[in-house]
Amino acid sequence: MCLSIPSKITSIDEKNNIATVDTMGVERQASLDLIDQEVKVGDYVLIHIGFAMNKIDEEDALASLEVYREIIEKMEEDDRRQAILEDDACANRA
Amino acid sequence: MSELKLKDLYDGFRDPKAIKALKKLIDEESLKLPRKINVMEVCGGHTHTIMKYGLNQLMPKNIEFIHGPGCPVCVMPKERIDHAYILSLQDDVILVTLGDMIKVPGSNGSLQDARSKGADVRFVYSPLDTIKIALENPTKKIIFFAIGFETTTPMTAALLEHVTKNKIENILFHINHITVPEPMRVLLESDDCKIDAFIGPSHVSVITGSKIYEEFVKNYNKPVVVAGFEPVDVMQSILALTKQFNEQRCELEIEYSRAVSYDGNLAAQRLNDKYFTRATHFRWRGLGDIPDSALRLKDEYSYLDAEIIYKDILPNKKIDDHKLCICGDIMRGVAKPNDCKVFGTACKPSSPLGSCMVSSEGACSAYYKYGNLL
Ligand code: SF4
Ligand code: SF4
Repeated sequence: MCLSIPSKITSIDEKNNIATVDTMGVERQASLDLIDQEVKVGDYVLIHIGFAMNKIDEEDALASLEVYREIIEKMEEDDRRQAILEDDACANRA
Repeated sequence: MSELKLKDLYDGFRDPKAIKALKKLIDEESLKLPRKINVMEVCGGHTHTIMKYGLNQLMPKNIEFIHGPGCPVCVMPKERIDHAYILSLQDDVILVTLGDMIKVPGSNGSLQDARSKGADVRFVYSPLDTIKIALENPTKKIIFFAIGFETTTPMTAALLEHVTKNKIENILFHINHITVPEPMRVLLESDDCKIDAFIGPSHVSVITGSKIYEEFVKNYNKPVVVAGFEPVDVMQSILALTKQFNEQRCELEIEYSRAVSYDGNLAAQRLNDKYFTRATHFRWRGLGDIPDSALRLKDEYSYLDAEIIYKDILPNKKIDDHKLCICGDIMRGVAKPNDCKVFGTACKPSSPLGSCMVSSEGACSAYYKYGNLL
């Protein structure tokens, strides 16, 4: 599934330039190597294959999160985790 | 009627009500169209959305989706997969790649088959995971088989940056990064071209910015709307294109403005320029040889280039597809998967003949999975 769910930055490891992000309750890490804007805790980013690709406007991020919530809430915990982890892992999209 | 904006749709990007409302607007606009229009979605992610949500069935008779070459797995020619296969079978090599690449058949078999012959082939979620594999296996050569369009090129460049900065000595690269504008040009210049407008890719555009499509509007007179992956994004973009035709405009618009800008991600572009230069050509599966349509490592990084280091064992010959497979015509937008004689019979996701069936983004796979055609 290509969800492209916005993820919220919860902490930043400045030494390694890696952010910990929260994607609808699932925590994971993403490299900030490709980010040219300043990002801080609380910002929303779009993640693809382990990298934050860019920052997303908060209002837009919240609007899309609302939709995903409905879909994701219907899933079992394990499936949910899997769906979120796989979401940005696919290199097949252009 | 006031313009329907994404932001107003608080019910979200998949709300049936929003999709229906958009369908109604598209229907109304379509009545004014001077003729039928064929809209190509370049990106496989969009093909997937269109089929999954049945958007093709929501279109009025005079608007048709045609599917483009936007899946890196679908357009990978067999000879490149053979390279990966051969490299993976070297004693001291661990081959690392992404996506569905592992399942695509080359002429000897897929990477999965290589694995069953004892090859160490690994799938990673992020290119940076390659570093961990390299540190854990200091006696092995780790070859990162890099695939993808402009979307994933900067991720490979970021891995290159780690490798060169931290002097990691056992990671090599086999580069298969391809670019979107060149094949689009080829399609537009072919005699049987049916394309009237484009839905521009989502993720590619996040990196490159919408500016790379300017030429299609200016030189080829084809409107382009860059769209997000949600069904409402796609519907909204079709509406915008239809309006352009009715108002006799030909413009570049960004529907996916929550993630895409005109200039794109400049840091990513800089990183690409540091490591990559144009390859003279790339043979696209189904589309043939296209000059300047791919990237290679710059000469100063040739010490990291597996294609150069292993050139003695990597064959150079062109290998064509199964005769019955019409993936090429599908990617040029002149045929649909159900025009293929073996679609759903000899060719299925469990036993694919062509990569459009292997890749979960491929048109054949999307038709098979969702296509109300079976
Ligand atoms: S294969 Fe990739 S792009 Fe396609 S639906 Fe799955 S995650 Fe999305
Ligand atoms: S159905 Fe299979 S053989 Fe036919 S075009 Fe698609 S991938 Fe190729």
